[in-house]
Amino acid sequence: MPAIKINGVHKHFGALHALRGIDLTIEQGEFFALLGPNGAGKSTLINILAGLISPSAGEISVMGFDVQKQYQQARQLLGVVPQELVFDPFFNVREMLRFQAGYFGRGRENDAWVDEILEGLGLADKAKANMRSLSGGMKRRALIAQALAHKPPVVVLDEPTAGVDVELRQMLWEFIKKLNREGHTIILTTHYLEEAETLCNRVAMMKQGQVVALDTTSSLLNKFSGKHLRLTLGNVSLPSGIEQLVRHAENGIYTFALDDMAQIEFVLSALRTADIKVLDMQLNEADLEDVFLSLVGESGKDAVRSVS
Amino acid sequence: MMNDAGINSIARFATALRGPWTLLKKELLRFWRVAFQTVAAPVITALLYLLIFSHVLESHVQVYDGVPYTAFLIPGLIMMSVLQNAFANSSSSLIQSKVMGNIVFILLTPLTHVQFFLAFLIAAIIRGLVVGVCIYLVAMWFIDISIANLWWIIAFALLGSALLGTFGIIAGIWADRFDQMAAFQNFIIMPLTFLSGVFYSIHSLPPFWQKVSQLNPFFYMIDGFRYGFFGAGDVDPMFSLRVVGGAFLVLALITLKMLKSGYKLRS
Repeated sequence: MPAIKINGVHKHFGALHALRGIDLTIEQGEFFALLGPNGAGKSTLINILAGLISPSAGEISVMGFDVQKQYQQARQLLGVVPQELVFDPFFNVREMLRFQAGYFGRGRENDAWVDEILEGLGLADKAKANMRSLSGGMKRRALIAQALAHKPPVVVLDEPTAGVDVELRQMLWEFIKKLNREGHTIILTTHYLEEAETLCNRVAMMKQGQVVALDTTSSLLNKFSGKHLRLTLGNVSLPSGIEQLVRHAENGIYTFALDDMAQIEFVLSALRTADIKVLDMQLNEADLEDVFLSLVGESGKDAVRSVS
Repeated sequence: MMNDAGINSIARFATALRGPWTLLKKELLRFWRVAFQTVAAPVITALLYLLIFSHVLESHVQVYDGVPYTAFLIPGLIMMSVLQNAFANSSSSLIQSKVMGNIVFILLTPLTHVQFFLAFLIAAIIRGLVVGVCIYLVAMWFIDISIANLWWIIAFALLGSALLGTFGIIAGIWADRFDQMAAFQNFIIMPLTFLSGVFYSIHSLPPFWQKVSQLNPFFYMIDGFRYGFFGAGDVDPMFSLRVVGGAFLVLALITLKMLKSGYKLRS
């Protein structure tokens, strides 16, 4: 039985067709990434999965339970980390976790698990701190802890590392990886493509309410096996012959997407002819960002740039 | 001896109860943590009303034979505070959770709409009753208050706070901002409570305003509650109880329907 099964899901917000027929199956134990620019429909899809909004058509099930018709069972199996940094100012961290577990029918017998989460997320010394007094990063951890309080087999993280510093991100991923090893299915949406690349075994890319790519991370990368030539040229105008190879240009640093090594000579000779000096040079393998940009296009590029 | 299946089903029932019980406990703790504001403040307000109005009117007004004005005033003030605080509890909890965004923590759980309703309702009733009992205890210092029939008092206190707690849930779901909630409180709750006969018997009003007062559900809650203290009122308490009970049922059904459809909570 799949962890998540999404079947022909559409969502209209008035005139906006936010989801245009999503079909997706995520197996138990997967570490799955949902990528896409802002407005692609990732959060809408997750909100339908979580029962926060209802689909205009189609259905979603969690471990075989329909999220609408059998919402009690479905929600029992699901832990969702919301994207916004929300908290209840009346309580401290441990109280919030106890309440959250309690809503799912778990009592004192769950306390050992709550301690484990607090420990794993580095929140142990903040257990008695009021939610209001926590820093942004700590609030983010508490938010993740709350989603895990009832020990759900399927965990959904909506942009968990947005605005989180590098150290905390590492720690979060270690913890999430551990959960995944212990058998939890993990689904995350992220803007940080390198995270999806290193963590996730499968990736779905969304654009304008549709899934435009769905494959294992490795085979997506294989499909786009080209090289990247990064040249620092300064403020110049490129000769027309090589302009179309430019994938990215910023502050005088040009990234050329090359199909094979022979094209390097082509680019360099064109530059020499145009009398443009190469100040620095780097050659990279393609990464998920390239796959993302080539599939999602310009709108995606902006989204990626805005967070990087 | 109970068999395993029996024990199992009891265990399942206990687990199923734990969800709504947790929500109720959270709602109770929420106001208890700030009891200075949620309990002490309304008690002080009611006592100020009592001091001022009884000082000004004691020698001028007599509503029922042999009942001093201060004694007449106290049950009205208690009930007014019970109602206002029951409304304030559910409405402010919901609007705060919505504005802060933390309502999502409840929406993500398997709690049903009935459990959601009951938790907020019972918390509102308890807040109302706690405030009411505190005012009663303090008022006893000032004046002897007789009790003619405790059951009427309990019935109207419970039903009245349930009605206003439910109304508070509706307001909390409907309002998107604090100013909308303030409008609810200032333009609906306050006028209806002040014009319900807390400070006077409607028999002292011109006939037209007596009729208008009888359209105000708050009038029946106050009058029925007061009947429990003096054994006398403006209308038959049984009739008042039916009005209040009917109003509660209607509002409860509307609230359950709103919660079930996810109105303004789940889009």
